[in-house]
Amino acid sequence: MVIRVVFPAHLRTLARVSGEVELEVAGPTTQRSVLDAVEASYPMLRGTIRDQVTLRRRPFVRFFACGQDLSHERPDDPLPDAVAAGAEPYLIVGAMAGG
Amino acid sequence: MSGVRVLVGTRKGAFVMTSDEKRESWAIDGPHFAGWEIYHLKGSPVDRDRLYASQSSGWFGQMIQRSDDGGATWSPVGNAFTYDGTPGTHQWYDGTQRPWEFKRVWHLEPSLTDPDTVYAGVEDAALFRTTDGGHTWNELPGLREHPTGPSWQPGAGGMCLHTILLDPANPERIFIAISAAGAFRSDDAGATWRPVNRGLRSEQIPDPNAEVGHCVHRIARHPSRPDVLFMQKHWDVMRSDDAGESWREVSGNLPTDFGFPIDVHAHEPETIYVVPIKSDSEHYVPDGKLRVYRSRTGGNEWEALTNGLPQRDCYVNVLRDAMAVDTLDSCGIYFGTTGGQVYASADSGDSWKPIVRDLPGVLSVEVQTLP
Repeated sequence: MVIRVVFPAHLRTLARVSGEVELEVAGPTTQRSVLDAVEASYPMLRGTIRDQVTLRRRPFVRFFACGQDLSHERPDDPLPDAVAAGAEPYLIVGAMAGG
Repeated sequence: MSGVRVLVGTRKGAFVMTSDEKRESWAIDGPHFAGWEIYHLKGSPVDRDRLYASQSSGWFGQMIQRSDDGGATWSPVGNAFTYDGTPGTHQWYDGTQRPWEFKRVWHLEPSLTDPDTVYAGVEDAALFRTTDGGHTWNELPGLREHPTGPSWQPGAGGMCLHTILLDPANPERIFIAISAAGAFRSDDAGATWRPVNRGLRSEQIPDPNAEVGHCVHRIARHPSRPDVLFMQKHWDVMRSDDAGESWREVSGNLPTDFGFPIDVHAHEPETIYVVPIKSDSEHYVPDGKLRVYRSRTGGNEWEALTNGLPQRDCYVNVLRDAMAVDTLDSCGIYFGTTGGQVYASADSGDSWKPIVRDLPGVLSVEVQTLP
């Protein structure tokens, strides 16, 4: 399954990519499987999106897809079909924070 | 032709500044890691092109970057800083206990002998080390597990391990300092530690013999005299002549003895530098004047160095890691301000010129002397 993922600007710089990336995701398309694939392909992003030990989302990182905020969804819940089919991207976003 | 490379960490990126031995004309490269806080970057003393940088962000956490070409290009290396075992608790501002939680790397201290070995001082206070060029980091847990650990508490800037001094004569001896726990010494290469704070006096600590709890801001020393230490404490400039066993105050005639950085002249072990700051609630220089103070007597007698520094309407701070000295024959002194200026003196502080005036707030300044 090929999933489209969009990184925030600072993580695109770290990963040395531009625009969105496409990742092969094995098994069910969940936030956990997508983020596992992100970190496998771009190991320099480990720890920048979720904690390296607990794998919990960093507080100022948000996840969106298909116009929905998925930040508080369970990591093993299936992502929308449009994301799983590659029709819509999975968005990793730096939260608006800092005043 | 010899020269210098000045490494500047700011709130929004890193800058690499180079000059020849005259230190009059500068090439400025940056920002590297634009938009990220660069708490510290420092080069290996045995491989001048090997640099390490601490890159952090409230959004995306901690990165460590490494350069093998003197800062021209960088690559991320390992960023997993995991406390050894189950971290205990320390005291929080309200007196309750709170678990140790990694926040960021404040200071990177490359080994004096091996470019792949680097010590990292982190918040919440602990000491980590890499021996593979930054790819993996392991805690030296004896420090955090010191019996006084549960009584350590954060300063206003967090509970940070900000100072690491390696001993050129004794590889087993390491000094570190933590805000606001104090200074600690290891005589077995970091396996075990003991507080070395005797003689420090802090108004907020009623017990004059308190073993820990002191807000040490910075410790410096001359490499030729590893047992002589100079300390800028929250308030008070202090000196130890016995490797931290005892401290005495040498604030002398300073206009205020609050401040952050302290450093030692490269060729004169009794010549030291501080930047007095008005108070702990007004983090700027007194009277609108940016003055470095120099003592040529190892403390107590201080002279203001003002030539080339703003002497009116100046309200900047100079943070603890933002002063450095080179080792050229005419010793250069460098410091950066929270207002984004980086000043250099090529004559031991007698006169100053800005290298650059309008950077983001400066968090750290290091200098490498190039052959």
